Amino acid sequence: MSDITVPVLGDYVPTPALQPGVMADLHPFKAAPEHQAALGFPGALVDDWQKVAITRLGELVEGSRALRVYLDSCVKCGACTDKCHYFLGTADPRNMPVARQDLLRKVYRRYFTWAGRWFPWLVGACDLTPAVLDSWYAYYHQCSQCRRCSVFCPFGIDTAEVSMAAREILDSVGVGQKYCNEIIGKVHKIGNNLGLPEPALRNTLEGLEEDVKDATGVEVRFPVDVVGAEVLLITPSADFFAEPHIDGLIGYAKVFHQAGISWTVSSQASEAANFAMFIGSMAQMRKVALRIREAAIALRVKRIVIGECGHAWRVAYSFWSTLIGPLDFLDPRYPAPQHICEVTEGLIARGALKLDPSANDHRVVTFHDSCNVARATRMGDRPGGQFTVPRSVIRSVCAHFVDMDPSTIGDQTFCCGGGGGLLTDDLLDLRVKGALPRIQALNAVIQEHKVTHMAAICAICKSQFSKVLPYYGLEREMVISVHQLVGDAIVLGAKD
Amino acid sequence: MSTWTISYAVLLYVAFVVFVGGLIYRIALYSLTPAPLRIPTMPAPRTRSGVVLRMGREVGLFSSLFRGDKWAWIWSYLFHVSLLLVLVQHLRYVLNPIPLWVRWESPFGSYAAFVLLISLAGLLGRRLSVARVRFISAPSDYLMLILLLVIAVTGALMRFLDRANIVAFKAFLFGVMAGHWRPLPVEGLILVHVASVAFLMLIFPFSKLLHAPGVFFSPTRNQVDNSRIEGVGGDAVDGGERTP
Repeated sequence: MSDITVPVLGDYVPTPALQPGVMADLHPFKAAPEHQAALGFPGALVDDWQKVAITRLGELVEGSRALRVYLDSCVKCGACTDKCHYFLGTADPRNMPVARQDLLRKVYRRYFTWAGRWFPWLVGACDLTPAVLDSWYAYYHQCSQCRRCSVFCPFGIDTAEVSMAAREILDSVGVGQKYCNEIIGKVHKIGNNLGLPEPALRNTLEGLEEDVKDATGVEVRFPVDVVGAEVLLITPSADFFAEPHIDGLIGYAKVFHQAGISWTVSSQASEAANFAMFIGSMAQMRKVALRIREAAIALRVKRIVIGECGHAWRVAYSFWSTLIGPLDFLDPRYPAPQHICEVTEGLIARGALKLDPSANDHRVVTFHDSCNVARATRMGDRPGGQFTVPRSVIRSVCAHFVDMDPSTIGDQTFCCGGGGGLLTDDLLDLRVKGALPRIQALNAVIQEHKVTHMAAICAICKSQFSKVLPYYGLEREMVISVHQLVGDAIVLGAKD
Repeated sequence: MSTWTISYAVLLYVAFVVFVGGLIYRIALYSLTPAPLRIPTMPAPRTRSGVVLRMGREVGLFSSLFRGDKWAWIWSYLFHVSLLLVLVQHLRYVLNPIPLWVRWESPFGSYAAFVLLISLAGLLGRRLSVARVRFISAPSDYLMLILLLVIAVTGALMRFLDRANIVAFKAFLFGVMAGHWRPLPVEGLILVHVASVAFLMLIFPFSKLLHAPGVFFSPTRNQVDNSRIEGVGGDAVDGGERTP
């Protein structure tokens, strides 16, 4: 991967001069026929692909008010043009949100609007040619669907909706992305993104029980498929073995242990992630989400708690009510679903956890707002709780906390650069460049406040930063789970 | 009845029908298209009234654009406000008697023409000078600004330099509205001004001008944050206190 040119960190991220086409040739690996077949998509480009694509576009517009309004409403004001981390990192103007939307919009205009049908040259409409299809594949896989652009759009145009629709069309003509589609197939077949079968899952969790016992002398359980448990924990499968995720899982277990909450993971639904959102397929998204509902009913749990995973929290918080709701079989006293940070904050607030923040005294921590959590969900009772709840948890367990530049956190947060189904090594060049704005802001607090760690609540963010931080000369170990901070500060045994 | 009168009367009928009919069709389409998934850009209001306030800030103050791009905000805000003032001023040509508040607004509406001109020049200048905006602009994006400039320039000329026979024109307009046509005063500025406005009305339902109704139907801005079951505990949600 020596061919990756890493952007240089400066005092701020300048808006780059346009370099048209520099990223045009970056195509992630295409899904093999068997990956496509598992999701019911054609295995290779179908013969009448233009017709199929236009038909699918029409169906999507008919079925989505967002898509219809957004394709009609853009006035090309340019407010979004300097907001995308991939544009700031790559300088390719097709990575400006409006230009990315226009790749689909120009085809929509050509086939579905009067002006585009009669005066294509006037309104920037064009036929769906092989080159256009190719540009869709390239540039709709350079969008992490982080929705930062939608914050600044006067009409709230959400590029994620456009990029999801484009990927759905690509799938329908047989041009799927390997990374996402292979993973969704694994979820259907085995139950999680990593293809970790039940015996391996049990084995891993037993190993964790031993590790925690060795480290603390306390028997903290990591239960699987316990019928009648209070809480079903739905967490990204990376939490079961990846670094630094696994220390977050240990943190959740310690929280449940000390609060005396019985909990379990499900071998049937051992995955919070729902990559079907990334490919824009509502049918797949429902199918993946339905496992969780079925597991919750089978295990007769009273609550569903979501672990540290950004887009999973979006699917659970915002989409479950449409896809698999209502979750009226759960205990009505609790939010359904509930985020692990909400659980921990509530427990801390009522003194149910014995904490020793000095365990984190060697750390100066900042917090990365994950895009899906920040702009597509809430925690707690008030708008903006998704920002205050995790910070409140961190401050309770850690004396040294500083925020990054205000224009890079909260609802203006920058994507890690690996979200939206792009966390694959065939897109590493893009991932490194797209991380620039976040790492720039991180570097600033490192210089100014001697920050040692950046906490996150998303499996993708954690994996992405672990991978790209070294390219910028920073330690990969800087990335840490919020619940690792919690787990390290919990004084086990104190309340047993 | 002159050819001018007949063609302009017909033009106005067609423009009106296309404008109103096209907008109604588009709005009906937006209303009838389902929005199955909840996608408000968070943090979002938790109540309907909160959403009304949010939409009010968007439509009345262009709040998101303000956060996004100060220059774009300045030019477009000045443009829309001055256009509104000018439109109110124009009510005097279609109402009889002229309401008092329209008379009162008239000087503001007249001088707003200069702001309208400056802001349109600003928008055009920005589209030409900022490379990012130039990259995303189609010919229609420029032509629409030029069309608006033509409307504003001819209007301002008739108001401040070469006063049009507004009494005769108002009689023509009332004739068109009543179906008893009266002669159109054939003056160059009137002809260009009215034809340009009619053309703008004709393209409105087929162009990016649909952003006007579109913003009200934007799910990221008009949805309430209420998609999950909140639990009776409210914000005092605790982690696990159980009463058996």
